Amino acid sequence: MDNSQPQHTVVSIEGVAKSYWRGGQVVPVLEDISLDIERGEFLALMGPSGSGKSTLLNLIAGIDSVDAGSIIVDGVNIVGLDESELADWRAAHVGFIFQFYNLIPVLTAFENVELPLLLTSLSRRERREHVQAALSVVSLQDRMDHYPSQLSGGQQQRVAIARAIVSDPSILVADEPTGDLDRISAGEILGLMGRLNSEFGKTIIMVTHDPRAAEKAHTIRYLEKGVMVDVHP
Amino acid sequence: MFILKIFFRNALSHRLRTGLTILGITIAILAFGLLRTVAGLWHIGVERSLATRLVTRNAISLVFSLPISYYDRIRQVPGVKSVSYGNWFGGVYIDEKYFFANEAIEPQSFLELYPEFILSDDQKQAFIHDRKGCIVGKKLASRYGWKLGDQLILKGTIFPGQWEFVLRGIFRGAEKSTEERVLFFHWDYLNETLKKTVPRRADQVGFYIIGIDKPEQAAQVSQDVDRLFKNSLAETLTETEKAFQLGFASMTGAIMVAIQIVSYVVIVIIMAVVANTMAMTARERIGQYAIFKTMGFKGYHIAGMVFGESLLISITGCICGILLTFPAGHLFGDLLGDYLPSFEVKQSTIYMDLGFGVLVGIVAGIFPTVRAVKIRIADGLRRIG
Ligand SMILES: Nc1ncnc2c1ncn2[C@@H]1O[C@H](COP(=O)(O)OP(=O)(O)OP(=O)(O)O)[C@@H](O)[C@H]1O
Ligand SMILES: [Mg+2]
Repeated sequence: MDNSQPQHTVVSIEGVAKSYWRGGQVVPVLEDISLDIERGEFLALMGPSGSGKSTLLNLIAGIDSVDAGSIIVDGVNIVGLDESELADWRAAHVGFIFQFYNLIPVLTAFENVELPLLLTSLSRRERREHVQAALSVVSLQDRMDHYPSQLSGGQQQRVAIARAIVSDPSILVADEPTGDLDRISAGEILGLMGRLNSEFGKTIIMVTHDPRAAEKAHTIRYLEKGVMVDVHP
Repeated sequence: MFILKIFFRNALSHRLRTGLTILGITIAILAFGLLRTVAGLWHIGVERSLATRLVTRNAISLVFSLPISYYDRIRQVPGVKSVSYGNWFGGVYIDEKYFFANEAIEPQSFLELYPEFILSDDQKQAFIHDRKGCIVGKKLASRYGWKLGDQLILKGTIFPGQWEFVLRGIFRGAEKSTEERVLFFHWDYLNETLKKTVPRRADQVGFYIIGIDKPEQAAQVSQDVDRLFKNSLAETLTETEKAFQLGFASMTGAIMVAIQIVSYVVIVIIMAVVANTMAMTARERIGQYAIFKTMGFKGYHIAGMVFGESLLISITGCICGILLTFPAGHLFGDLLGDYLPSFEVKQSTIYMDLGFGVLVGIVAGIFPTVRAVKIRIADGLRRIG
């Protein structure tokens, strides 16, 4: 554990490297990445396709493991956690928003949002309250009995956002959250994320190709062939 | 609880596939149950024979006979309570396709030794006192619509000629498994006719039936009887009726073993089919399982979802199969009642059905479960979209 992390830094990445095996060859994806993200930050991660953005996001969110370096989130070096500890840690600290919403098709909006809470000790009633609160943030209380297939893409993404925030995680990670949406829906989602950041103080790390999305962010960082570059090339 | 909800809904989300898989299991379990019941019937004949009856036959083979003169000597063996005798007749009524057993027996002693053939007293007397009389089981009588007093003609196969009988009695079996498709007539009638036509075949019996008091005496009495005729022209082999029937059954037993093997093969095939379906299903859901894992759900949650679905499908199919086995068994019994003594589905078959239902679910679930649990989240998520 590293406690030297200043209070205002929520994510601290040091010398992270990651490579994949492909066809018997080592393919380096990230090389010596270092990055600090402050609490309440809204960070956009940009870069060409294949530059390693999703990989980096996955590492921060604890769904992939590093080859070298450390990732400290809220004072915990997640590199040292085993799979089960990591699962518990994710449940408590990370909210996920994906490009394809990734709702469970056989569950209603309400049930989808309730999922993360099933891993907590909350009572049925408390869960219901939390779910309703989260759905009201995304203005979808009236759709809570709908199945994903009965919702538009934008609505599905809002349900996914409700699911990401329902357990009040330290960080929200979003991988191209508007990548599959039309302009108007994308605008709504970005507005919502902006509100989550400004009103609810959520730390957001968002991978995006969309310059309009990036505009919403406070900070934009660029990845280029697995290396952080300071300015847009 | 919620895992239950997930696998239930997942199973229902592919109604057609799930339905067809369940149907497949249902049919497999049904086939298994019926095949086993047929195979099991073979042993009923053995189980129903009393342990207090011995059968003495020619030591060389069933097809050789014994002299009737042995009768008095067997009666004198200590432990022997009563003796009867008879010949397999092998007569055919109208059509060989509907063959039923028929035997020439000594009526009085035979009926005493076989209390499971229940016959009213006046019918019994009528039979005993009519040299050309015969009795048949109820199933056989109703098969041909025979009534008391009817004249029946059998065409002899072992003993050529047309043989006439008068129906004097219709007996019913004391138990469901008692053979009712059989005809008995007077051995004397056979013997006297043979004396006139083929004298060298007269005064011969195919078997003696020996009644003893206690099953424990069986070994001793058997030995004593066989020793009596040692080194004579026709040596004897005496064994309990049960052992005798087992020997008889083993002739056709090979077919029954084949049926039993087929019944297991059916189960193995359906196991492969369900395993394939589950593997397909789980592959399709890898993305979904990755999402659950992302949110912090663990291997055992995922295992519960995959396994639960597999077990749900196989056990549902299994129960449908079991429920159908009974009416199907009845139908079989009605159709084949003339050929088979009874068609009762045994409890052990049902237990095996249930066992196989669970086994199919587990075997089919193992591979996809391991796959789903082991998949790396990043790889699983990559498949979505
Ligand atoms: N599991 C894996 N096995 C092998 N190679 C992988 C794996 N995951 C990612 N890669 C490779 O790592 C590189 C970076 O992938 P990543 O998904 O992080 O890119 P990205 O910046 O998110 O691209 P995009 O903008 O297209 O989403 C790519 O070359 C990719 O092929
Ligand atoms: Mg990506």
